[in-house]
Amino acid sequence: MFDLSILLFIPLITAIGVLFCKNNSQVKWVALSGSTVQLLFCVELLKIYWEQRTAGNTIQMLFQQRISWFKPLNIEYYIGVDGISIAMILLTAFVVFAGILISWKIDKLTKEFFFLLILLSVGAYGFFISLDLFTMFFFLEVAVIPKFLLIGIWGSGKKENSAMKLALMLMGGSALVLIGLLCLYFNTHTVTGQHTFDLLAIANMHLPIEVQRFIFPLMFFGFGVFTAIFPFHTWAPDGHSSAPTAASMFLAGISMKLGGYGCLRVAAYLLPEAAHEYSWIIILVSTIAIIYGAFATLMQTDLKYINAYSSVSHCGFVLFGIGMLNQTSINGAVMQMVSHGVMTALFFGAIGMIYERTHTRMVAQLGGLLKVMPFIITVFVIAGLCSLGLPGFSGFVAEMTVFMGAWQRPETYNRIATVLACASIVVTAVYILRAVGATGMGPIKNKEFLTFKDATWTERLASISLISCLLLIGIAPFLLTNLISPDTKIIMDNIARTAILK
Amino acid sequence: MIHYIFLIPLLPLIGFLINGIGWRTIPKNMGGIIGCGAILGSFIVSLGVFFEVNTPGFHTQIIPLFDFIKSGKLNIPFEFQIDALSSLFLLIITGVGFLIHVYSTSYMHHDEGMVKYFSFLNLFVFFMLLLVLGANYLILFIGWEGVGLCSYLLIGFWFKNRDYTNAAKKAFIMNRIGDLGFLVGMLMILYTFGTLSYQDFFKNLHDAPKLPASTYNWIAICLFIGATGKSAQIPLYTWLPDAMAGPTPVSALIHAATMVTAGIYMIARSCALYELAPLVSNIVAAIGLATAIIAATIALKQYDIKKVLAYSTVSQLGFMFLALGIGAYSTAVFHVMTHAFFKALLFLGSGSVIHAMGGEQDLRKMGGLGKKMPITKITFLIGCLAISGIPGFAGFFSKDEILSRAFASNPTSPYLFVMGIGAAMMTSFYMFRLYYLTFTGSFRGTHEQEHHLHESPFAITLPLIILAVLSIVGGYVGLPGVISEHHALESFLSTAITNRSKFHLEESTEWILMTVSTLAAVFMIVYAYTATKKPNFAPTTGLAKMMENKWYVDEIYNAIIVKPLQSISGLLDTWADKKGIDGIVNGVGKTVKWGGDRMRVLQTGQVGFYIFIMVIGMIALFSISFLLVK
Repeated sequence: MFDLSILLFIPLITAIGVLFCKNNSQVKWVALSGSTVQLLFCVELLKIYWEQRTAGNTIQMLFQQRISWFKPLNIEYYIGVDGISIAMILLTAFVVFAGILISWKIDKLTKEFFFLLILLSVGAYGFFISLDLFTMFFFLEVAVIPKFLLIGIWGSGKKENSAMKLALMLMGGSALVLIGLLCLYFNTHTVTGQHTFDLLAIANMHLPIEVQRFIFPLMFFGFGVFTAIFPFHTWAPDGHSSAPTAASMFLAGISMKLGGYGCLRVAAYLLPEAAHEYSWIIILVSTIAIIYGAFATLMQTDLKYINAYSSVSHCGFVLFGIGMLNQTSINGAVMQMVSHGVMTALFFGAIGMIYERTHTRMVAQLGGLLKVMPFIITVFVIAGLCSLGLPGFSGFVAEMTVFMGAWQRPETYNRIATVLACASIVVTAVYILRAVGATGMGPIKNKEFLTFKDATWTERLASISLISCLLLIGIAPFLLTNLISPDTKIIMDNIARTAILK
Repeated sequence: MIHYIFLIPLLPLIGFLINGIGWRTIPKNMGGIIGCGAILGSFIVSLGVFFEVNTPGFHTQIIPLFDFIKSGKLNIPFEFQIDALSSLFLLIITGVGFLIHVYSTSYMHHDEGMVKYFSFLNLFVFFMLLLVLGANYLILFIGWEGVGLCSYLLIGFWFKNRDYTNAAKKAFIMNRIGDLGFLVGMLMILYTFGTLSYQDFFKNLHDAPKLPASTYNWIAICLFIGATGKSAQIPLYTWLPDAMAGPTPVSALIHAATMVTAGIYMIARSCALYELAPLVSNIVAAIGLATAIIAATIALKQYDIKKVLAYSTVSQLGFMFLALGIGAYSTAVFHVMTHAFFKALLFLGSGSVIHAMGGEQDLRKMGGLGKKMPITKITFLIGCLAISGIPGFAGFFSKDEILSRAFASNPTSPYLFVMGIGAAMMTSFYMFRLYYLTFTGSFRGTHEQEHHLHESPFAITLPLIILAVLSIVGGYVGLPGVISEHHALESFLSTAITNRSKFHLEESTEWILMTVSTLAAVFMIVYAYTATKKPNFAPTTGLAKMMENKWYVDEIYNAIIVKPLQSISGLLDTWADKKGIDGIVNGVGKTVKWGGDRMRVLQTGQVGFYIFIMVIGMIALFSISFLLVK
């Protein structure tokens, strides 16, 4: 068997190790080696997981561990993974690895910066492996606080305001989740006679529909805030734009996925009947997010705002896929989470590299950079192409899968929503090409730009590792779908069963 | 040879990777050799495949490569399909593509980004090959999107010029609008028939119980919207003329061998579907004819040598769609083939002219170039004769076939034929206007340019000569019915695509039609000669001015689509997002803060006040509970 807790210990030890470092260079190397070990460990986890599955191990969650945490309330440290969580864990490991490489030049409070970054990743890892709702909530909170500090201290622009806004809105989201969680908890005894936070046990209960109806919106919108669900998305543009590069990468690449994962694993899986009933609202809200995010992006003049609004649009696809409630669309949603996580990290990484050199992110002030720093702009273009769903990159297969799933719902309402969602590919192309064209092409606006150096080795390594992920998923998406399909099927079966029971 | 089919797209991909990764270190000549070699390799394999397909008893083959998208019941493998249609397109793409590559080695030799250019060129060919090789609509769509990207990269290749990058952007976005239609069509096929593979889809179309006509119509119209984008038909044609911004060989590649033929290929491939959607077929024919005419009228008045050719491409594509619409699918493919030869020839010829003129593209500044550039002149003349449909040249056979079949499809009201002849007449006029203005008469440019005039080097003239030969002999694979019973191309393609009918005509009728179209073409050539003898470049007025300004279509699109969309997104951004939603968010924060400020007043710090409040509170509580108990 396999000890999943190591997944938490490696980053924890790294974070503590960082605190004991003597100088900045030590800090960076400790952080980098910690994240590399973690990345290798995650790959190993994937390998062992895959061996178990091919050997015919069909238990829903592998490598389970259960330690009682607070007996009177039945709170447990209960962890385990399935294909979906492994996909998310790998995503996290890659983004953390790239984020640390990109932050190589940080020289203000370096120790604290890396400590917080790694702490944030502990929250994410913990969240994705938790099978106990309380533990899950605990890790969700762990992932929020460092963001506030990262933006507030190392950010740019109106950073205090953005940090405050982001932290408060995310806290608001987690407050909703907490209420939902407690409601859930106090309704579990009716079935087993005992209160529990055990995710798998709750999934097998048939909670009365009235209870589900009440809890579902709390959970869905609570987690939804994290993934910038419309209309609770305004933290994203401000937060992203003020955050330092690595924090933006973590925020969009990992943190927004906590929300999507929560919506799927907690809201849709545990409350299937309500998910069915409210499906039209999810579709409505996510379609608005997709279209609205895309149009709002058109008007942005700051590169980070462009990617932030486009993230609102892209994360809309995650919720859209979940809302369509069939296996293909949910597969698509998970693929979109992974794909968007990597893509957006790459995008923010590239923007960060540009900003670090030019000290501006305003589209109007950039131009002609392809000539000066071909590598960075090529990375930027690749991230853009992935974002606009070009075949060969992961964005295409993820969106295609969502669309193919969504079209299986023949009702006119869903059809219209799907066509509208499809239409976003045109708008996406417009804003991506505008950003790419204005930044990389055209004449060089500023003579000073000519002196800039192209990417450093850390930046190259970070970009190439992320691009490889995008290409791998884009060319061989079956690797990812084979990993997640059995588990999306379990979620889907749960939904289908209750729908038929009704 | 079919076992090596994977090499056909793989070689250009490898060429792209080598040149793309090492573009800064690979020497120019080496980059050229890698680029050309990759395509040559594909061409040789394609040739082998073609001969294998062209043996009696060959059946369509599916070559599975790997799983692609797999999710639940949905399974879309990555597989190739080899049949007559795809093998013919393979030859056109790699053959003409190779000549364009060779030409580029000389044309782009002075450009510092030559190696990068070759990598893009190879990628372009790669995606186009994927498009025609795919055994299902999804792989076609991958190639479809891919060529869109490559056109973006190549049109905007000289990225320092803002106009060029805007043209590139326009091309991509226009294509994307079409892609949306294609995507929805694809989703409908998947939902209705449960498959995207051609073979299963067509089998289902054939075997499954009849569905309501609207189902077929919806799918067919959505796919056709995709085709209007990629193949530059009304209403999405405006990107193609702007796509001239790229290096000239790229224009040749986009216009002749790849990209724009994708839409024709896709509809010819889906002919079984269009047979069940007669309404949409009529729309296709109408749009095709309208595009042929409108683009031709615009071409009449253009002064940019490449713009004339660009509009002529749009117009010729219109002819192909006319053929598709009347159900003469093999004829459309025939015209794709001959058009690939003579349009590549004309574009490369114009490139040779531009090269000699030092980058000048304005017809008003040319003239009399024939004396200095004999090979370019003669090959260009052959191209013009071919596109005008003069008997003996390739274009005659295919264009005549389209026109006579348009007549045969509805002999009682020959309006399709008459309008087709009209467009064809304009074709001869603008092509020979172009020819005379460029190669005959006296030179109108600067002295410096005149001094610089020279015939292009061998790497440029050789492809011209080969293409000129193909523009003559290329038509003999499809002799008209009056001359030969056997139509080689049609019978070759018959294993893959089926025409709607035999399009039978009386022999005498066919002779008449042929004579009419030939006489019309010859008449227009003579007319063009007289019209350009004393060229008059005075500013135009009225109708001519509208033609010169392309009927103001770009301006109209700008006013009714681009501007409103911009203002909507502006409104969304400032009003809905910044003031609306974010206003509420900030408002909540401010309210809390305001409330806190007010509440603070209560915390006076005076113990007496606290006790006073406490007493009042207790009294209130007691009285409430007293009242409640009672």
